[in-house]
Amino acid sequence: MVGDDRRRDGLVTLVGLALITGLVATPLAVVVANVGAESGGLWAHLASTVLSDYVRNTLLLAAGVGSLSLVLGVATAWLVTVCRFPGRRLFRWALLLPLAIPTYLGAYAYTDLLQFSGPVQTWLRATFEWTRGDYVFPEVRSLAGAVVILALGLYPYVYLAARTAFVEQSVCVLEVARTLGHGPWRAFRRVALPMARPSIIAGLSLVLMETLAEFGAVEYCAVDTFATGIYRTFKLPNGHALTVAAQLSACLLLFVVLLIGLEAFARRAARFHHTSARYRNLPSWELRGPRAALATVACAAPVLFGFAVPAAIFARRAWLEGDARAREMFFEIGTNSFVLGAIASTLAVTLAVLVTFGRRLHTNPATRLMTRIASIGYAIPGGVIAIGILIAVTWADHRINAVAGFLFGTTPGLVLSGTVVAILYGYQTRFLAVSIHLVQASLLRVRPSVDDAARTLGASPIRMLGRVHLPLLRGTLLAAGMLVFVDVVKELPATLILRPFGFETLSVRVYQLASDERLGEASTGALALILVGLVPVAILSRMLDRTRPGAPT
Amino acid sequence: MSHHPLLRASILAVLLLAVACAQPEDSTPPTETEEPAQTEQVVNVYTARHYDSDDAVYELFNKETGIRVNIIEGDSAALLERLRREGDQSPADLFVAVDAGRLAQAESEGIFAATSSPVLEERIPAHLRHPEGLWFGLTKRARVIVYAKDRVQGDEITTYEDLADPKWKGRVLIRSSSNIYNQSLMASILDAADEETAEAWCEGLVANFARKPQGGDRDQIRALAAGEGDVAVVNTYYLAQMAAGSPEDQAAAAQVAVAFPNQGGRGTHVNISGAGVVEGGPNQGNAVRLLEFLTGPAAQEIYAGGNKEYPVVSGYAVVPELEAYGEFEEDPVNASVLGTNNQQALMVMDRCGWR
Repeated sequence: MVGDDRRRDGLVTLVGLALITGLVATPLAVVVANVGAESGGLWAHLASTVLSDYVRNTLLLAAGVGSLSLVLGVATAWLVTVCRFPGRRLFRWALLLPLAIPTYLGAYAYTDLLQFSGPVQTWLRATFEWTRGDYVFPEVRSLAGAVVILALGLYPYVYLAARTAFVEQSVCVLEVARTLGHGPWRAFRRVALPMARPSIIAGLSLVLMETLAEFGAVEYCAVDTFATGIYRTFKLPNGHALTVAAQLSACLLLFVVLLIGLEAFARRAARFHHTSARYRNLPSWELRGPRAALATVACAAPVLFGFAVPAAIFARRAWLEGDARAREMFFEIGTNSFVLGAIASTLAVTLAVLVTFGRRLHTNPATRLMTRIASIGYAIPGGVIAIGILIAVTWADHRINAVAGFLFGTTPGLVLSGTVVAILYGYQTRFLAVSIHLVQASLLRVRPSVDDAARTLGASPIRMLGRVHLPLLRGTLLAAGMLVFVDVVKELPATLILRPFGFETLSVRVYQLASDERLGEASTGALALILVGLVPVAILSRMLDRTRPGAPT
Repeated sequence: MSHHPLLRASILAVLLLAVACAQPEDSTPPTETEEPAQTEQVVNVYTARHYDSDDAVYELFNKETGIRVNIIEGDSAALLERLRREGDQSPADLFVAVDAGRLAQAESEGIFAATSSPVLEERIPAHLRHPEGLWFGLTKRARVIVYAKDRVQGDEITTYEDLADPKWKGRVLIRSSSNIYNQSLMASILDAADEETAEAWCEGLVANFARKPQGGDRDQIRALAAGEGDVAVVNTYYLAQMAAGSPEDQAAAAQVAVAFPNQGGRGTHVNISGAGVVEGGPNQGNAVRLLEFLTGPAAQEIYAGGNKEYPVVSGYAVVPELEAYGEFEEDPVNASVLGTNNQQALMVMDRCGWR
């Protein structure tokens, strides 16, 4: 019976989703499970002293980074998609470049450049014979500094999402808008922007989650947020440190739940697929004179400050005082980073397809909830996830050894926690959100009638996925894979804690040198890290222009 | 069905995963306690020291003994958590930390096995090792006050207590209280005075900050040289490394001088990096050999030369940069006390608003 089949499919989907979600959420659950434990007075102490600062700074940072990224990402995406001005073709791909710079490296570059003892202020003092107190200079190690630095590094998520949405928009809706007498600005505000809302919100929520989880850059900027507070607490040489760090993590989770709730609210019941399949060249408005100059500047600034300046600083320092192990850095260690990134991103995209497609086939509160849970990890600092993984995976290892000892009289040792399995697991918990968000946003734009047609023609769900949806989503899948790749290559805390003996990645090497305050030597690794990150960014950029349906290939 | 994209993708993913799982197991060190005689001898080290000079020490050890040193470097809190979770399955033989507080914590959690070694007991002074041989100091670092030569006279500041004097208002540079070196300094002050006095000192210090605590110890020295403050609190090896570093760092280091605080009193606060043999480790004998090697002349010389720390063994030479700062009296408080006082220290610092 058709009804029975459907029920059975629904059950299989549900179980599959529960399995993936369960695995991904386990590390978070085991950390939060520590919440109830005795804290030795430490929690009460933190609550009465620093907690209010954590709350305030975390909220202000998220609000600031979110707004600035939104403005930068959407404005530049709209400009390069529908307006013509000098440099437009260059900016189309260059606007993604800041993705290749890990935020902690951006923060390091800017604090080094702009602090009191940095070259800029030193030059000012020398030139004008000023001393401390003679002049006012914005403090880079501040909340405002952190907002700007993070937004410059993270706006590409919004840009990518918005640009993909604008490019995929049917020309008809814009033509209708023009027929109704809307100019470019009103067409943007009244039609294009609302249509692109789900994509933009997906990009924005990635930015916000990254911001909540951000440790390195915020720490450099001397701002105390939940993420830095969790690390500080965890690192105390104190038997209750883990418990209290878990309690702080649970507070952070509340923020994430709030964020996810807001996201769901922002998307509400609206349907966002296009009903027309007429794709022609997008209209393009020619900008002239001061307007064109303004557009050029608006697009050049994020690229310059988000990519060119930090990259140049690292290149210069690597050249002047680089790491003696430079060759090894670019080949051996670089290969480790590359391979880890490739495997983790393939896995993340595969899982994301399964999760989102399962949800599309059987949309109900249970599947919706599970998709959301599967992406919570993105907002949790990598260090917290690493500890969760450590607890979960060593637990499994002990069980494996107990069983093996009972059956064969010999124990295999730490087969999971001592190998890259643990790291790859950590990456899925941390970054699955990236691929899920992108794939989900794209799937929403595929009309449900497509599914109906395929099913009417007798295609099984699997066949439909393989023959209809995957080809339609090809661009998105590649984009999601590339984003996860970049994130994995940049990831530090989980890699540091979970890696096997003697296994180094670029981010680990950079951290070791930087934490010893040997930043000149760290520059070589930083540069290599940026270069490895540029590969997927370049692929993404090329791809973006080709994803438009009906575009000549 | 072999053309099926989903199927192909799944097969690819599974293959990649299989490769990923299979590959590192070859390089995972054997964890069995009893190894056949012909396999290579190893010792597995979890270390929070992250210096290239350490690699040179391990290589030398390997050359002399044939024992290969496998290392995992990382934050000591995370390494300790990993040790704890791995339990009796842990491959770790030796745990190396860069702060006495962490050693004391590992000690209280039963991570270390008591080690008796006449060599170690003879070389290392009693206050820099555990009385029952649970851990041993490897290197020393003094947390000193440095001042701008052109703006401050050497006799103006002679104790940690002086830092709270209102005359230094807006002139003191120091990093965040999140840093364990500051926590241990505060812990040593809590050992020397009652909590009320210590908290009053902390409040005075915070009131004297030249800026919000930020950056690392080198950043304090650079800010001092640039004129953002007039005195700073830093570990000796950072200054010594800058004095032998890039031209800019050398110029900055040349503008500052070292004051060893509390001479004639309890002495200057000294912290150690140290190590202990892990209880239940598969190669404990090798771990003891490594410990003995690390306190021997060759290793101590590399520690002193590469990282510019003070050797833990008295009588070994210090590098010229450190020698230039002169000799000093150490605060003889046992490292365990720094661990015991840590939570109280943190609470005092948080209450005073030292971020």
